Amino acid sequence: MPAPVRVQQAPFDMGAELNAFAATVPGAGAVVSFSGITRDLADGTLEVMEIEHYPGMTEAALSAIRDEAIARFGLTDAMILHRYGPLKAADPIMMVATAARHRADAFAGAEFLMDYLKSRAPFWKKEVTAKGAAWVAARDEDEDALARWSRGG
Amino acid sequence: MKLDIRYFAWLRERVGTAAEQVETEAATVADLIAELRARDEGYAYAFSDTGAIRAAVDHELVEFDAALSGAREVAFFPPMTGG
Repeated sequence: MPAPVRVQQAPFDMGAELNAFAATVPGAGAVVSFSGITRDLADGTLEVMEIEHYPGMTEAALSAIRDEAIARFGLTDAMILHRYGPLKAADPIMMVATAARHRADAFAGAEFLMDYLKSRAPFWKKEVTAKGAAWVAARDEDEDALARWSRGG
Repeated sequence: MKLDIRYFAWLRERVGTAAEQVETEAATVADLIAELRARDEGYAYAFSDTGAIRAAVDHELVEFDAALSGAREVAFFPPMTGG
């Protein structure tokens, strides 16, 4: 059974999560992780980053992305954790970790997970400042990043 | 048929509700959008730029030509910004 995907409001300790994951991947020789943290605005005025998601679809989408990464790169396992709700600048938002026998697959698997969950997992970010709130727009580069994984491409 | 419809992010704000149930005979997602748009100015505004809208049927991302037969829940939202 692969590691369960987790969608939660509560904070998490990225070091503890990574250690726990690394302790459950027998036969692996490499673990790669990525953590996303809440980025402040350029002028440092972010008060809150609100993350909305689609309960039910989120878990299904993350599980499908994780399973695809495991199958595609022959990973020992992969984990995905993503928060929702109000976050402050520098708060950890999410993390992924992959384990494989060799590092190339672990790196590639982690990049694949990130590219897919950026544009295919149902999360939306809203930046709130003293002046008001604005939804974060999707970036073309994020959509383009998916193209490199298309089969036969 | 009865369909549960859910809205997220700015689409939810423009429509003014997070969820509703509709009685519809729409055959595809595009037909359903056309019905919703025709309701009032708020819906027409929310769905004015369909290039900026994504749809899911029963938790699966779909194109607008996806059939609705057998569907229980349809969701509309802007492009996703996770990670």
